[in-house]
Amino acid sequence: MTAPESTETLDVTGLNCPLPVVKTKQAVDGLSPDDVLEVRATDPGSVSDIAGWADGTDGVELLDQIEGEDGGESLFTHYVRVTA
Amino acid sequence: MSTDAPEADASGDGASAGADGPDVAALAEQVEALRDEVESLAAADDGDAGRSMTIIATKGTLDMAYPPFILATTAAAFDWDVTVFHTFWGLDLLHREKSRELKLSAVGNPTMPIPNAVAALPGMDAMATWMMRRKIDDNGVATVGELVDLAVDTGVTLQGCQMTMDLMGYEADDLIDGVEAGVGAATALQHMADSDVQLLV
Repeated sequence: MTAPESTETLDVTGLNCPLPVVKTKQAVDGLSPDDVLEVRATDPGSVSDIAGWADGTDGVELLDQIEGEDGGESLFTHYVRVTA
Repeated sequence: MSTDAPEADASGDGASAGADGPDVAALAEQVEALRDEVESLAAADDGDAGRSMTIIATKGTLDMAYPPFILATTAAAFDWDVTVFHTFWGLDLLHREKSRELKLSAVGNPTMPIPNAVAALPGMDAMATWMMRRKIDDNGVATVGELVDLAVDTGVTLQGCQMTMDLMGYEADDLIDGVEAGVGAATALQHMADSDVQLLV
């Protein structure tokens, strides 16, 4: 699977609930329409949380979520596009 | 809304049975108005934006400080309008010093690997608190102080109960910046009545 192209990156690795979602929201607020934010997280709960947040929030769209590995640790990469 | 539909049906039936007359234009106008209303209701119902939540925070221990702030900051991320009303021990969560040194009780805490009789000994609360803080740190969980700052930054309204302030001898200056101090139960109830979600923690 090819990852969407991102314009900004947010590193929330090592952080736990609710920080991945809250920091994603704060980062998105500083972006412009059509920017794509790449969020790198190690919290497995971020998969469900960021999907739910994107679904319930106006002005953002979840493009993709990719589960991978980084240094033996699970890495969850989320791609959020700003729509408005 | 449910009462609108039968009414609209009834007038519709009446007109078609009653005839053919000049009411058709008025009916068409009515139908158009109803369609606009349904569309605006559907639009308002789309997504979670515009929702609101009021949390009543009553507990001031390290463990019970988390639920209100985790939910409040997450709801703020959904663009919800969030108010947390802090009363009794919950007010300590907004106290400049006390919010930074919240404690956990070892007694009556079934997660402690020691009997209550031992947990009641001096120093055991400090140990339980230290263990919890270490776990919080090890797991990348925010500190209560960080969550309070985040709540203020994300526009959560933090309110301090005036009666509790009097009871505990707290001045407005004892509370962190950005707190709406000196509000009462009526204010809390008003916010609860206007909210989509109300929680007592």
